[in-house]
Amino acid sequence: MRRCWYLLLILPFVGTLLPPLYNHARPALFGMPFFYWYQLAWVLVTAALLGAVVALTREHDV
Amino acid sequence: MSSSALILAIAVLAVTPIGFLAARWGGANLRSLEQWALGGRSFGTIVSWFLLGGDLYTAYTFVAVPALVYGVGALGFFAVPYATIAYPVALVVLQRFWGIANRHGYMTAADFVRDLYGNRTLEIAVALTGVFAALPYIALQLIGMRAVFAQVGGLGAGNALPALTIAFVLLAAYTYTSGLRAPAMIAFVKDTLIYATVIAAIVVIPAKLGGWAHIFAVSDAVLARRPHPSSIYLAPTQYFAYATMAFGSALSLFIYPHSITSVLAARSRAVIRRNAALLPVYSLLLGFLALLGYCAIAGGIVTNDATNIVPLLFRQNFPDWFAGVAYAAIVIGALVPAAIMCIGAANLLASNVFREFSPERSPVETRNAKVMTVAIAAFALLFIFFVPVPFAIDFQLLGGALMLQIFPAFVLGLWTRWFHPQALLAGWAFGLLASCAMAYESGFTSNFTLRLLGGSLTGFIAFYALLLNMLVSTALTLLLRTARKAAHE
Repeated sequence: MRRCWYLLLILPFVGTLLPPLYNHARPALFGMPFFYWYQLAWVLVTAALLGAVVALTREHDV
Repeated sequence: MSSSALILAIAVLAVTPIGFLAARWGGANLRSLEQWALGGRSFGTIVSWFLLGGDLYTAYTFVAVPALVYGVGALGFFAVPYATIAYPVALVVLQRFWGIANRHGYMTAADFVRDLYGNRTLEIAVALTGVFAALPYIALQLIGMRAVFAQVGGLGAGNALPALTIAFVLLAAYTYTSGLRAPAMIAFVKDTLIYATVIAAIVVIPAKLGGWAHIFAVSDAVLARRPHPSSIYLAPTQYFAYATMAFGSALSLFIYPHSITSVLAARSRAVIRRNAALLPVYSLLLGFLALLGYCAIAGGIVTNDATNIVPLLFRQNFPDWFAGVAYAAIVIGALVPAAIMCIGAANLLASNVFREFSPERSPVETRNAKVMTVAIAAFALLFIFFVPVPFAIDFQLLGGALMLQIFPAFVLGLWTRWFHPQALLAGWAFGLLASCAMAYESGFTSNFTLRLLGGSLTGFIAFYALLLNMLVSTALTLLLRTARKAAHE
């Protein structure tokens, strides 16, 4: 059942491939519209998810 | 000579001995193709991180992504979701491929395809697709370098050619001598310079220009007033194009020959897995770089060749010596991927296309690969001399669409042997033809407007072509299987 952790990796696709979710100005962060900082934030979230999946699975699971 | 020109010249000349000395790294016998082309499959997590980062985030990327944002606004930011979702794909696909390749000693994707399907034509199709996609990509690295040389001391693009030629001849020489070890070592210099430059740019430039809120406001106003108006937000008609560009590009990133070469140079599966989680740091860098496109707009930079905006921005905002460091980062940042691309394409030619002339992994094959590396580098240089820049970019866009057409044969083949090789070949051919036709119809842009059932949908050409490819491969496989079953009864 370790392989189930890979399902976490669906999240970045959902988060980034539906532009209507984030194609707006507010809330802004440090003057940066939501559209931009939201997608930059997904880079970090994805890296964290990948780190978690790598830690929680073994090499021969896929 | 200005101090920026001096620093650039010193940096380019300084990495040359590193390239040659890399031949002695690990005391390897470089007559073995595995040693020369894949560094003996010996790189650990850190070396691989620098190598893959140096390989995937090319100088051209660093010049072109801001240029695209400068030119078309929000749509150009697709590079960020692309460089995000590429890594979940990489983790799943590459650890599987690395394991299989390591067991069987494969050095290219085409090696794997040959063994899996036992079909020589499919092997050659996969190999030539990689070579065709790599060539304009190498040429674009040269364009990135030329943009910098043209800025230094205000030389025109024409005067940049001698400097470009010298840099590229040196590159060909140390790649010939040291193989993959040369770019692997130089990647340390490249990435350090790139990080220093980008971090300085992010800290200095937005503050100088009055902060992000101001930069975005000015950019939106300027983009709206252009002859082809755009915005810092997507138009609803761009949603599908944005998503398919990010998704299609993410699927193709790691099947390029230069990616495969760097991946197979890793020591273990664990190295690949760790790097899938560590490489997104570069994507964050890329995201901030993309925003330099807006900084250029807010900084009042006007140019008819958008590839110049990053060098211009550095010259405008940094003291001359630091602009030199930034220029060096771009030029060395072009040399590293260009070397790996030459090796990757040469490998495909030597191992998969001209295999008949060199029995299994013999020293002859290594020699062939080395000679072809130089030939490919020379070809790319000639490309720059004789082919206008917009054509090089068109070819690269088309190359990306073609590259994705090996996805069913290669990536799906990692999990299933269900597809019939003839069907895959037909799917590949249809994907190729469709890519070319759509690129031609759309005037060589990335996107094609599909008109169907009274509606229209603009999406990424590579993505549409892949759908057609999968459809043909699946339908023909079913047909061939049914026919075979009928013949047996």
